[in-house]
Amino acid sequence: MEKNYYVCTGCGLLCDDIEVESEKNIVNKVYTACRVGVAHMKEARRNEANFLVDNKPVDEATAIKEAASILKNAKNPLIFGLGTSINETQKAAIELAKKINATLDDTSSFCLGPLAEALIQDKLKTCTLDDVRNKADVIIYWGTDPSDSHPRQLSKYSYFPRGTEKQRGWEEERTAIAIDVRKSHTAKICGNYFFQIPPKGDAEFIDALIAGLSGKLPKTSYNYPPKKLLELANILKGAKFGVIFVGRGLIYSLENLEPLFKLMKILNEKANFHLIPMVGNCNTMGFNENLFAETGYVNSVKFENGTVKHGPEYSIVESLKAKSVDAALIIGSDPLLILPRSIAKNMLEIPVISMDHCETLTSKHSKVYINTAISGVEAGGSAIRMDGVKVSFEPAIETNHPSEEVILKKIMEAL
Amino acid sequence: MTNAMELYQMLPKTNCKKCGKTSCMAFAVALMSHELTPEDCPPLKEESKYRESYEKMSELFKPTEGVTETGLIVHEDLCFGCGNCVVACPPNVANDPHGVGSGNAPTNANKLVLAVEDGIVKAQNLGECRRFGKNKILCYGCIVTCPVEAIEFV
Repeated sequence: MEKNYYVCTGCGLLCDDIEVESEKNIVNKVYTACRVGVAHMKEARRNEANFLVDNKPVDEATAIKEAASILKNAKNPLIFGLGTSINETQKAAIELAKKINATLDDTSSFCLGPLAEALIQDKLKTCTLDDVRNKADVIIYWGTDPSDSHPRQLSKYSYFPRGTEKQRGWEEERTAIAIDVRKSHTAKICGNYFFQIPPKGDAEFIDALIAGLSGKLPKTSYNYPPKKLLELANILKGAKFGVIFVGRGLIYSLENLEPLFKLMKILNEKANFHLIPMVGNCNTMGFNENLFAETGYVNSVKFENGTVKHGPEYSIVESLKAKSVDAALIIGSDPLLILPRSIAKNMLEIPVISMDHCETLTSKHSKVYINTAISGVEAGGSAIRMDGVKVSFEPAIETNHPSEEVILKKIMEAL
Repeated sequence: MTNAMELYQMLPKTNCKKCGKTSCMAFAVALMSHELTPEDCPPLKEESKYRESYEKMSELFKPTEGVTETGLIVHEDLCFGCGNCVVACPPNVANDPHGVGSGNAPTNANKLVLAVEDGIVKAQNLGECRRFGKNKILCYGCIVTCPVEAIEFV
């Protein structure tokens, strides 16, 4: 019997083997997905109003009109979010940003943006998750804890599954290494191959590792045991197909990506190594790619009468700090919750339109709130997985909530 | 939970051979490996003087709540459905190499020992588990791969 599999859009992994049992457009049971995915799929059980203005239910036309007038009256509106939106919505948002001369940004400006940019520009060697499953023998989790953030990463793609060239399983053919500041759940699985470093110690650890790979004595200011570092260097040198999963832990600790470039260069001289970013949201990678294709930048851009400006001053953090934006359209994100209070409070002073599938702190403080369909559960489309592979999906259930793409197009028409 | 000697103490110890085994001790060992059940001993079941022992033994072999016959417990509050155990479990890999063995959705669900349902791992088809039956071995496949110690054997 051919089974109907759905794609889970709960995290950047986009697992494509999820079975869903639903009745009357309510998801009852979800098979194979992790707890994050199940919660995401079952989120569709909601009975909030679709359109709110000043927290009062209104009809669609009123909400769209209100949203359009906010954007029309703004000199420099901010469009932010889109990490959980499908490619089609992201492209529509870019069009909208062009039309209203908006500042456009997403969470990657304070997450893995620099890394995504380097990968899109082919500055780092990468591979797909399927390659990892089929070939990888040395797997490094650096500054990331997929066991908690992407629960099925180890079981579906990296450490545990058997692949075409790795038939004998994880005990014999794969080595998992965790480098982190604390003993995470992933580090526990890595056992003896867990290398604990102090916070902000990554750059020095990379230098010491490079020394170890070149046959020199690895030294660090925090006196990391050289014997253990040399042991790590030897494992890496012997890798036939190595992969480094880089998380925010490493990116936050480095001032720029230079040490990582150096490490990847020497690793590829001695062995064969690839790098994959541990992207959190289901389509942040897609936003970076779509914006790059359109403008040549991955985030933090400002459109101005046909020209594009780019720089850290156009990121959400800096533009809110400098109070340079005078309205905000937030799509599928909750900046009031995720940004530091000193910056987020500036958002309370400007009119906000928020589009999300559930009530958030941002939506509660929004002038206009539109409850949209959940991409992947209630609306189909395509998204880019953390390794750059495009995944298309069909909705698992039907809904009366409007999709983000339709709303954006209606707002554009109303303008 | 108990050992063969304790079970032997509760048996009639008459070596009547009605169960098909050569002695009551052999019957106790068969009980331990789940090859036979207390009902397979006719005197124990029928004679009133053994009733107390029989009830006690039946109680012992009734799968207690939450514990499967192999003694496997899943702590549902800890499990978050990563599926490491599902993919690493040796019988799972042997019975469904292209499905769960390769990290994908199950294609042979009625032969799997572990499967994820609603984000929590469920134990099923215990006859396939390596800790079950006559030739059982102390397999640790699912325990060592769990990041949160949600699986336990008692």
